[in-house]
Amino acid sequence: MKVFAKGIILSSVLVLGAVSSVQAEESVSTPSQELLVVAQVGGANGFNRNLKKETNKNAPPSEDGIHDTENEGTYVLQPPKEAYQGLPPSDFGNYVDWVKAIDEKKLQPRWDRIDSSEEPFVMDLDVVREVKASVADVVFPHRQHTEWLACSNCHPAIFIPQKGANQINMSGILLGQQCGVCHGKVSFPITTKSCKKCHSQPKPEDWEPPLSDATLKNPWR
Amino acid sequence: MSCSTKHSKWRYVMLGVVAWLAAFLVPQAAHAEYGDVVINNYADAAGIRPAVFPHWFHRIRFRCKVCHADLGFQFKAGGNKITMAKIIDGQFCGACHNGEVAWSIENCSMCHSGVPGTPTHFHGSTVQRLIAPAYKSLGN
Repeated sequence: MKVFAKGIILSSVLVLGAVSSVQAEESVSTPSQELLVVAQVGGANGFNRNLKKETNKNAPPSEDGIHDTENEGTYVLQPPKEAYQGLPPSDFGNYVDWVKAIDEKKLQPRWDRIDSSEEPFVMDLDVVREVKASVADVVFPHRQHTEWLACSNCHPAIFIPQKGANQINMSGILLGQQCGVCHGKVSFPITTKSCKKCHSQPKPEDWEPPLSDATLKNPWR
Repeated sequence: MSCSTKHSKWRYVMLGVVAWLAAFLVPQAAHAEYGDVVINNYADAAGIRPAVFPHWFHRIRFRCKVCHADLGFQFKAGGNKITMAKIIDGQFCGACHNGEVAWSIENCSMCHSGVPGTPTHFHGSTVQRLIAPAYKSLGN
């Protein structure tokens, strides 16, 4: 029975602790206690797959947290799940494989604002980008991109249309540059599940990692 | 010995109950649809809810090119300085939301549906998840 009582005390302390921490956050913002500044880093660790998993996939507008529940229009809007009926699924982003949906003719979005008969100019050209690191090389498919976009969307502002003219790295992409202008925002996101969508061509059998300058210049090597 | 094991079971049950209760106390994070953009350049200052743009709804109907090449939308949340005057003039959203291609602008609450005070941001974007969101005004 003692243990049971302990459990109750422990639980009440936990609950009180949770409540007081919520209150503490509010009290921080009052001007009288300006010495204590808490950095607003909400969501900074969200990228870590071990810390956070989305539980409410494709939530309706009234439950998604950014739509105001007191706004009448929120309840008029279509819930995403209803619109995704019959579309091929994927593991990330909207949990819809948009490219496959067009390939399978399950979606036929307009290429022109008014004329529904206009067709995109699709260019089927793959560009292979060799990656210095040991991950698989990148194959960039123009076909999937020209299904959605016009040439002028990417060239020449984001990518110079010339071999070897574009320096691309994952840090820049994650910060929203180059591929990251769209990937990670609207087109499929950069998650641990989506690496292989771009890094799709395995290294040749005889590939060896290049030696670093520090190694090459090492006089005792 | 058997007595203590019986009590330790209760302890686990209690902890379970506490964990379950705590799930309700911890504030719920936003989990809006991937690609949703909150646009709050001017809305809060004008006393109306920020606009929420659902990319998913629009890409079912139109390819990226229609808005981002033909209508001149920049690839940047809040980078287009959209105002109602421009929309009524037929620019940006107004190219379609004119009662001809899509519903007209009298349905205020369908776009201006965001939680007041939400800064302009790209919901669920990698950039937003990696870096603490900073609200920058456009300056002019």
